[in-house]
Amino acid sequence: MEHSMINLTLKIWRQKNAATPGKFETYPVKNISIEMSFLEMIDVLNEELISDGKDPIAFDHDCREGICGACSMYINGRPHGPWHANTTCQLHMRAYKDGDTIVIEPWRANAFPVIKDLVVDRTAFDRIIQAGGYISVNTGNAVDANAMPVERDNAESAFAAAACIGCGACVAACKNSSALLFVSAKVSHLALLPQGGPERKSRAMSMVAQMDKEGFGSCTNTGACEAVCPKEISIENIARLNREYMMAGAVSDK
Amino acid sequence: MKWSELFTSSIGKKWVMALTGIFLILFLIVHVSLNATIWANDGGKMFEAGAHFMGSNIVPRVLEIGLMLGILLHIVQGIMLELQNRSKRKKGYAVAMGNKGSKWYSRSMGLLGTLILLFLIMHFIHFWIPNRSNQGWLLGPEISLYEKMKEVFQVNWVVLLYVLGCFSLAWHLLHGFQSAFRTIGVTNKKYLRLLNVIGIGFSIIVPLAFALMPISFYLGWIE
Repeated sequence: MEHSMINLTLKIWRQKNAATPGKFETYPVKNISIEMSFLEMIDVLNEELISDGKDPIAFDHDCREGICGACSMYINGRPHGPWHANTTCQLHMRAYKDGDTIVIEPWRANAFPVIKDLVVDRTAFDRIIQAGGYISVNTGNAVDANAMPVERDNAESAFAAAACIGCGACVAACKNSSALLFVSAKVSHLALLPQGGPERKSRAMSMVAQMDKEGFGSCTNTGACEAVCPKEISIENIARLNREYMMAGAVSDK
Repeated sequence: MKWSELFTSSIGKKWVMALTGIFLILFLIVHVSLNATIWANDGGKMFEAGAHFMGSNIVPRVLEIGLMLGILLHIVQGIMLELQNRSKRKKGYAVAMGNKGSKWYSRSMGLLGTLILLFLIMHFIHFWIPNRSNQGWLLGPEISLYEKMKEVFQVNWVVLLYVLGCFSLAWHLLHGFQSAFRTIGVTNKKYLRLLNVIGIGFSIIVPLAFALMPISFYLGWIE
């Protein structure tokens, strides 16, 4: 693709803090290289805002190579923008044409309150992990890596589920603001491995209980989460969690 | 898990919706099969025999109570779920996601379900209530449901409403059938593919058969 520079109009959600109501601001950006990443384009805009003495746009970012799960923009009606299996930081400006208008919003869900501009509080995910996303390991010498046999298909499915970076795009895309794709990926990746065995039942129940407590909605299998997931986490994991949860709940004494 | 969590936890609610949904799918098979006997075109003889069995035998009458409870649970839980889920995003998006990633009917189960509920109310007023009240709600004599169908399906707008009801049912089933099996934990790809095909077939064939019943009477295909 030949290199070119494009001019765009950005409509960005600005909100001072959680307590104040926000609104959209319109920013024209000029001479954006199509080789820039989406976040670099925002960086350019922020440099201009800073030199004009204005408040730059707050947004989450860290690795900028699609593996940390920090970036979180809802771009033109789709989490992480138009590309399939992609994060906002790996979205490049060649996805847009000269003169395009791009509307950028934060993730929207009661469980993800806006902290500032495009930054939302995703610590609800941390609390769900704390509730059960762990395994028990004996202290002492590290066990040899291949000491425990794992069936190949289970290893593959567990690995695919473990690819979840916890960005929250599934919640942002879901009409119910359900976090079930995230929770099911985290439960699946441990439930499929022998190492996850000892806490298998309590894990499914406590992580779902924490998810409900955080105020996420209920899953209705629309599949929007899977469609926007940057790591292509399958909704097969949701079916597995439904089963894990009911099997654990059915045999528990309480 | 406490029993109450079947109705309070997000996944418990999913299970209740799925199991009652599958139960209602099974009921639809019975309902559509029995009603299809109108096409025997024998002046309603075969149909009346079936209707008489269902209305006068104690077994179907007891099972009917279970059916009513199943319908009620599916409706109440469904409405509660829809309202709760809608409340989880107080501030919505300026640009809606729309069909990017999900089908309109999978996002509209609440709406489609409500349309089916409205249809059901009309349907009960037409058939179930007159028949049951004639029986003194127990095992008394039934009214001729075949004659009743003939009478009800002479009115064009009633026929139209029945056909629209069947459309709502078809879209509701198109998502609901396969979704119910995912909810009860089917992850096996072989079975999911099979269930998907059966689900699409069921969602087309059953509502189509139902829709053809009022049309058949209206157009005089059956006497």
